[in-house]
Amino acid sequence: MPPSSPHNPQLNANGELQHLLSIEGLPPEILTQILDTAESFAGVTEREVKKVPLLRGKSVFNLFFEASTRTRTTFEIAAKRLSADVINLNVAVSSQSKGESLLDTVANLSAMHADVFIVRHSSSGAPHLIARHVKPHEHVINAGDGRHAHPTQGLLDLYTIRHYKKNFTQLRVAIVGDVLHSRVARSLIHGLTTLGVPEVRVIAPQTLLPAGVESLGVRVFHDMRAGLKDCDVVVMLRLQNERMNGALLPSAQEFFKHYGLTADKLALARPEAIVMHPGPMNRGVEIDSSVADGAHSVILPQVTFGIAVRMAVMSIVAGN
Amino acid sequence: MKLLVKGGRVVDPASGRDQIGDVYVSEGRLVESFKDKPEKTIDAKGLVVAPGLIDLSARLREPGYEYKATLESEMDAAVAGGVTSLACPPDTDPALDEPGLVDMLRRRAKALARARVYPIGALTVKLAGERLTEMAELAEAGCVAFSQANAPLADTNVLWRAMQYAATFGFPVWLRVEDGSLARGGVAHDGEVATRLGLPGIPAFAETLALGSLLQLVRATGSRVHVCRLSSAVAVEMVRAAKDEGLPVSCDVGIHHVHLSEMDLGYYDSNCRLEPPLRSQRDRASLAAGLADGTIDCAVSDHTPVDEDQKQKPFAEAEPGATGLELLLPLALKWGAQANLPLAKTLARVTSDAARILGVQSGRIATGAPADLVLFDPDELWRVGPGALKSQGKNTPFLGYELAGRVRATIVAGKVVYERR
Repeated sequence: MPPSSPHNPQLNANGELQHLLSIEGLPPEILTQILDTAESFAGVTEREVKKVPLLRGKSVFNLFFEASTRTRTTFEIAAKRLSADVINLNVAVSSQSKGESLLDTVANLSAMHADVFIVRHSSSGAPHLIARHVKPHEHVINAGDGRHAHPTQGLLDLYTIRHYKKNFTQLRVAIVGDVLHSRVARSLIHGLTTLGVPEVRVIAPQTLLPAGVESLGVRVFHDMRAGLKDCDVVVMLRLQNERMNGALLPSAQEFFKHYGLTADKLALARPEAIVMHPGPMNRGVEIDSSVADGAHSVILPQVTFGIAVRMAVMSIVAGN
Repeated sequence: MKLLVKGGRVVDPASGRDQIGDVYVSEGRLVESFKDKPEKTIDAKGLVVAPGLIDLSARLREPGYEYKATLESEMDAAVAGGVTSLACPPDTDPALDEPGLVDMLRRRAKALARARVYPIGALTVKLAGERLTEMAELAEAGCVAFSQANAPLADTNVLWRAMQYAATFGFPVWLRVEDGSLARGGVAHDGEVATRLGLPGIPAFAETLALGSLLQLVRATGSRVHVCRLSSAVAVEMVRAAKDEGLPVSCDVGIHHVHLSEMDLGYYDSNCRLEPPLRSQRDRASLAAGLADGTIDCAVSDHTPVDEDQKQKPFAEAEPGATGLELLLPLALKWGAQANLPLAKTLARVTSDAARILGVQSGRIATGAPADLVLFDPDELWRVGPGALKSQGKNTPFLGYELAGRVRATIVAGKVVYERR
């Protein structure tokens, strides 16, 4: 390691969360702190006046270099419930297309007095680069970078699992589908292993698994029926349209047949198993409608929890 | 002009000689001795006196990329790093595929009167991998070998014909081996680190598949091939077997790959974005061992100055390459020390062995050899940083490192071209 390289770019000198770039490398105490804080915010969402003044006077910049509706909206709602000023920038169609560099864009926004940058970028590591260049009082929250990480999604998945299952240390969790391209999967795997889940499984054909995926601490299954057996949590991943026919997979139909979640496959999991999906779903490709809308599904509660989790992350980093 | 280098530790890698002595230079060559008073005497007490380094891959960025570096800045860097001869790959803009360009480059380099420059000609027009260049014309203009630099040559038929054609004239072909379709889109070794960082990977077999094909073509054509920038343990094994078989192959390794692995990517350090990618610890260990046992003939800097803007980008978007001319000597010394090699043997990999591949008389301290010398203090520590580098490229994974081994003076053809007091 070069001596110049930072020990952990997410934490400040006191070991507190300065930026949220990745779940990897965060101690379990910080993950638990975020989940506990989110729980305290869950009530706010239910109230008639859905606002707390924690981020009053602060500016949150939604900096999306890659298109997104859902994640951007939930961040916006979360920031507004914390009473922050939210500025949405669709950078994909503005300055970047005029040739401005990533760091110049950030420097310009920083000159407008930002407190928090919510960053989504198609390149893995882009939020790390930004975090290295922002001022000490500015915070970067990764809203998804390339295939690397989507930490707030990972955290809301952890929140959902904790909400329904209570104790992480006795769970068997299966993550199914396109792990190769999935930042959601990477973040969730790190979160689950950090919080002591004894068995995390990934279920996918070889073409959708990255090299040495076992090194992340997961067990690999190619047979979905074997992989789902006795699982407490089943997380389905989205399969991007462009990956459905080509060198990785022959067709969506064949994928669904072998890796789509149907009621009869789900029956192999524990009777009280929950089914999750980060959205947006491809019904009939990775998940059957009867399961997506069925009794085991917690897909819509995930979205609701997502707001509380993002409020928690923003209030914690801005408070540090 | 007569020059006396007095009282240094004279190390000749070609013969293994390593003793305190004087070195006499007359008319640009090394001589036994002379009676008359020298015009210049350099006191080399406490310094190593060795042949100047010969770097088989250094990008000077001219023509076409003068905003990244100029011939002048990089030739300064070369002599400051003790490099007295360098081969430059053809991936300039335009590529070195016409005699006029090669001629101009050589003239410009000569006018600067620093290191000797040996251009490597493009194997195919525009490095596009379709049509052969006029190799004989290019050789007349001064090209010493032919290469695709980092450009893929996907069409095996073109590769076969190019090797046949080069073999006809006895021209060496220098090739990096990488299967283009397996490497497409990849930016890091396809392993645990790339998986963790979410970076598209290039598997090690992208290298060994291409190497396997290349070795078959060597058998078929008898073409003399120098394999550039090995990066994987299996490739080292394959070259070892090919040499045992008696095939006319040699190979080199980038000095960064001898020291660094995928682990050094850390949190997306774009200075570690290199071609080929840094691979696993096991690969790195095999490269270092292969260089020590001679399977790998020499180490190169693969000097690639990149402007700051092109490195201040997310890892996958950053331009690959690292500055290296001024790091080749200390990094070679560091490797030699780790491998417990005598200094002469360490230096051979960046002097006499490289000279053998390049087919030049330099790289040794012997009567009649060109007076290309480097004087350095092997123990002097210096910190790598923008201010310490003459190259316009400040991009190095070793930024902030303290390295041992610093050049005091560099002599090319009997003239002192660099001196630091």
